[in-house]
Amino acid sequence: MSLSRRINAPGLATFAVLLFLWEVSARLNPVMGAYLPPASRIVQSLFQLAFSRELFTHLIVTLGRFLAGYLLAAMIAVALGIVLGYFRRAYNLCEIVIELLRPMPSVAIIPVAILMLGIGNATIVAVTVYACAWPILINTIDGVRNIDRMLLDTGRTFGLGRWRILRAIALPAALPYIVTGLRVSLSIALILVTTGEMVVGSSGLGFFILDEERSLRTGNMYAGIALVSFLGYALNRLFVWLDATAMKWHRGMTAREAL
Amino acid sequence: MAILEVEALSKSYRQAGGESTPAIQEISFQVDQGEFVSLVGPSGCGKTTLLMCMAGLLAPSGGRVVVKGEQVAGPPRNLVLVFQEYNRSLFAWRTVLGNVLFGLEAKGNSSRDTEKKAKHLLGLVGLEGFERHYPWELSGGMQQRVAIARALAYEPEVLLMDEPFGSVDAMTRLELEDSLLKLWKELCTTILFVTHDIEEAIYLSDRIQVLGRRPSRVIGDVVVPLSRPRDQLATRADGRFMELRNEIYRQISGDGVS
Amino acid sequence: MSWNPESKLNGVAVLLGVVAVWEIASRTEVVNPLFVPPMSKILRSFFTLVAAGDIPAQILTSMKRAAAGYLLAAAVFIPLGVALGLFKKIRRMLEIVIEMARPIPPPVVVPVAMLLFGLGDGMKVFVIFFSCAWPILLNTLDGVKNVDRVLIYTARTFGVSRGRLVTEVILPAASPQIATGLRISLGITLILVVISEMVGSSDGIGYFILDSQRRFKVDQMYAGMLSLALLGYLLNIIFLLATNTLLSWHRGMTSEEK
Repeated sequence: MSLSRRINAPGLATFAVLLFLWEVSARLNPVMGAYLPPASRIVQSLFQLAFSRELFTHLIVTLGRFLAGYLLAAMIAVALGIVLGYFRRAYNLCEIVIELLRPMPSVAIIPVAILMLGIGNATIVAVTVYACAWPILINTIDGVRNIDRMLLDTGRTFGLGRWRILRAIALPAALPYIVTGLRVSLSIALILVTTGEMVVGSSGLGFFILDEERSLRTGNMYAGIALVSFLGYALNRLFVWLDATAMKWHRGMTAREAL
Repeated sequence: MAILEVEALSKSYRQAGGESTPAIQEISFQVDQGEFVSLVGPSGCGKTTLLMCMAGLLAPSGGRVVVKGEQVAGPPRNLVLVFQEYNRSLFAWRTVLGNVLFGLEAKGNSSRDTEKKAKHLLGLVGLEGFERHYPWELSGGMQQRVAIARALAYEPEVLLMDEPFGSVDAMTRLELEDSLLKLWKELCTTILFVTHDIEEAIYLSDRIQVLGRRPSRVIGDVVVPLSRPRDQLATRADGRFMELRNEIYRQISGDGVS
Repeated sequence: MSWNPESKLNGVAVLLGVVAVWEIASRTEVVNPLFVPPMSKILRSFFTLVAAGDIPAQILTSMKRAAAGYLLAAAVFIPLGVALGLFKKIRRMLEIVIEMARPIPPPVVVPVAMLLFGLGDGMKVFVIFFSCAWPILLNTLDGVKNVDRVLIYTARTFGVSRGRLVTEVILPAASPQIATGLRISLGITLILVVISEMVGSSDGIGYFILDSQRRFKVDQMYAGMLSLALLGYLLNIIFLLATNTLLSWHRGMTSEEK
């Protein structure tokens, strides 16, 4: 791949033009500038805040809640999903309860969490776990169910018991689906953490952004948004990288099949 | 001495309407220790059903399978099945070496020299240097070699093979046949080989069980008098090879008329 | 009648069991009835609120906002996605801008929308519009970009004009994936309408649930959640019915391939 292809010149140009138009119109039109300050001022706010450490603290708090909620959800939902996908009877028992709970928008449980866990970390993490668990759970169940029968029969002809087939065959074979669920949940986790921080938080980037809006410090608000977006972007890149490393076999295989 | 006995084995499938149709009916035969026996029959005659029952993956509706004096009730310890669809039965997430190691792990073999053993087996099937590849990076014939090496790693006394060379091209097929004969001789296993290719059955086997149309039963037990080691050109040019082929062909096609 | 472990009725039994345990646990105060009121009380509250028109009114308010944002997003981003899918130049031009804007978590757009539109309907419509943009845009783009070249060449050998190529070939071929984008957005719409109503509103079902909690009308809160679950379920069914009718050709094809 040549350098000119890697560097997207028209893309950068468009971005620069938009940035320029934004900057100029915000400077020329003070009314607009109040709502959408010039880009340069947002960058300036970001730097000032970075040195005040205030924003950094909020970032760490948000990241901590994100990781706690996401990882807990992953552990619970993958384990539950494998059991429900593998043992059809267990799924049949839970199907109706799952189908009733699934369509409810996950944020609706925030009030319940407040009621039971108060306003603080526990509530934010709990709603994140709840919301993230769904895509992982559903994808894991699907993944385990879609495993080729022949793979399981291969395990059986080699004399493996149910639990060893589960661990050595069902889990890796379902992994591509599980990863899909984990990817979907990644953005859901950030949605729930920021929402939770807006509704009940007194710290974290979600709280900071809303608080700056209420105090009409719009530069700071946009700086917070930029930072939380960057966090989302970085987490996504990290995930893609982990996925590419751990799932090399799947990538290569699907790429080959597509040929 | 018979290591594998099939006695009056039957299997019926329940249809959507509730009535059951037999896939195989009252099949009986024996395989001796160290023997290479083939089952040939027209496609769709229930060969796979028969193998699945023998491998303990399907419960028969009647009759029984006995391996080394023990009746089969689940997958037997000393028997393993190689499927035709290597691309579905190999573990895509394990490397070639990892797939072979699986056979050793399944056996409960976890000593330090398992890797050496696995590499040795890969050498036997002609896959030196491909240890770190993933199955999908190999050609079909090579993938089936991996599946065979994995099965051999389990050190089965009986190897069941369900049309293992049915999905590879004709040239590769001949190569695989010769490799299999070499392995069989070296490792002294018993092989029951299912195919719908009459010539392949003759070329490989000591004895051939001919199956009739569905619901299939044994319609012929043919001993192959050809000498070993066999050769793709000389053996197939032998007059007795032709005679056998014609005889088995007549048995199978004649069965359809009745 | 003997117990059948495969029956779906077992699921109903489990559901009834959960409800019964809930009811008893709450009545015997094993769990705090202030936080978890008996199911019967929640259901009574639900039916009262539905009959009195409170819940329907709140849902209607929310649904108007949801529909406006969702339809607006579809109207803008499907055509844009088609354009981006068709023309590589436009795609390259907007690529970086899209990549910069996409990671913005939708909830943090709520404060921006409050700044721009105040606390009214416009704020919620904007938030929903923004959050639905990505699934619709990127799925449409992908769908259009990946239309089978053979299909396009076929149409062109028949001398089909460019405009008709888009409406008669590319759009239908990409429609399954466009539908995927729309279905994902439907779920997002529901989530964002609730979030925006929780953060900045004085009506709508999201506000109603949070407000009930703040005023400790816990049975009302659960009743609101119940109505939201039913709404989500209903919308999903309507969507599936619509796409199954419109895309019946696709469904038949994919099930055939299996």
